Amino acid sequence: MSLEQEKSAETPKPVGKFGNMFITLYNVFGFIGRFFREAFLPPYEFKELMRQCYEIGYRSALLISTTGFITGLVFTKQSRPSLSEFGATSWLPSLVGIALLRTLAPLLTGLIAAGKVGSSIGAELGSMKVSEQIDAMEVSATNPFKFLVATRVLAATITMPILTFYTAMVGMLGALLNVSVNEGTSATTFFQSALENITYLDIIASTIKAIIFGFTIAIVGCYQGYHSSKGTEGVGKAANSAVVTAMFLIFVEEVVCVQIFSLFNT
Amino acid sequence: MTAKDMTDFNAEKVIEIKALHKAFGSYQVLEGANLDLYKGENLVVLGKSGTGKSVLIKIIVGLLRPDSGLVNVLGHKVDEISYQELLDLRLRIGFSFQNSALYDSMTVRDNLEFPLVRNRKDLSKSEVNALIEEMLDAVGLAQTINQMPSELSGGQRKRIGIARTLILKPEIMLYDEPTAGLDPITSKEINKLINDVQERYHTSAIIITHDLTCAKEVGNRVAMLMERRFERQGSFEDIFNSGDELAQPFFDYNFIQ
Repeated sequence: MSLEQEKSAETPKPVGKFGNMFITLYNVFGFIGRFFREAFLPPYEFKELMRQCYEIGYRSALLISTTGFITGLVFTKQSRPSLSEFGATSWLPSLVGIALLRTLAPLLTGLIAAGKVGSSIGAELGSMKVSEQIDAMEVSATNPFKFLVATRVLAATITMPILTFYTAMVGMLGALLNVSVNEGTSATTFFQSALENITYLDIIASTIKAIIFGFTIAIVGCYQGYHSSKGTEGVGKAANSAVVTAMFLIFVEEVVCVQIFSLFNT
Repeated sequence: MTAKDMTDFNAEKVIEIKALHKAFGSYQVLEGANLDLYKGENLVVLGKSGTGKSVLIKIIVGLLRPDSGLVNVLGHKVDEISYQELLDLRLRIGFSFQNSALYDSMTVRDNLEFPLVRNRKDLSKSEVNALIEEMLDAVGLAQTINQMPSELSGGQRKRIGIARTLILKPEIMLYDEPTAGLDPITSKEINKLINDVQERYHTSAIIITHDLTCAKEVGNRVAMLMERRFERQGSFEDIFNSGDELAQPFFDYNFIQ
């Protein structure tokens, strides 16, 4: 489907607010459908995929390290008074481990990536659209969807689980710092205790959530950027919508995932 | 030899447009437009802003779809072929954008390499490099090879845009406002480059412009887009001297040396 075929399919008809909402939903699902068609059919853009993995993963690492470490540290500090009332401070490592792996790490990584990666994708593609760079790819016989969208979505989907486990690990280090300063617990004891109650289901659930969040962030960013209206204002709107929509969807997906995985826990 | 003499009307038609209609919502842009491009000629499409000149070449290259009418490019009906066939056809058409549309995250070398490595997998690394150097030489900007687009002037960006388009050795060149926003001296250099491209690579070209100097210098033939169709076609001199009541106001508001 050429760019304009897509555009004409997406031209809003005068069908009212709800009609337009359904047209947008139809276009979004069409966009997702096209991703699956383009991403898994040759030719593949391995070089660009690797570059995007580097951009998304490596360049987010510093921000994620800082926030992950602080979250682990603060979460432990805030939980201590409640647990100490029952003389249960020895449960801190276990509590932090479960909280980080099950919810905090995927959610925190997802939200940070939505801000950093989602906005960057939305702005970059929006700017390329406005300056006709996407059209230039089309006319030079390169499929821009495959090169720009498929690679970014795949890269984010692959990188997010890695970033999530990295966040969990760094968060544990933050928690370890707090616990060892206050209770003199050794690193070995801390990690033994923290990992004791973590199950395979927790790891699988966390991985699945990270994959879903990564896919959501990138597909939303790409959709907003790819369909941004003309002008610099459109680029700003694309970046802004990419972040806001991705963050909202991440919370919705978190709730749905928690409900589904709790069925397996019981 | 006048400019008109250079168009060979017995030559093969590389683009044939018949009864072309295109509207955006209720705004009719093209209504029954007819136009032919003959092999080897530079055809200038003149017209006021907003008359659908750029829409026309975007339809030719398949970026926009016509509402109705025939658009035959190198023997292919662009609105009837598959996406893959359209991509293959685009390899034979070069499109130079008004604002150059260089990939701003890539160097000049990478900009030129981008279409080559994707579409000419038969070429070795040294052949790719040789082609990049040849194209940069052709546009006189060999020294910019490692620069970023943001470091180039407007005229240089246009030239690099043309070099990137030429690198796939297209049979047809489509220039969208090649001299827009450039000073007269740089415009003259771009006009010379368009003529050099025609001579050196034997391309057929459609040049969209409202710059009469450009039209006069590069066009073998001129087509005036007025009232949603091509009302006047002929050599620049014929149209300029015709005193035609539709065409004349356009010329009156332009200055030609």
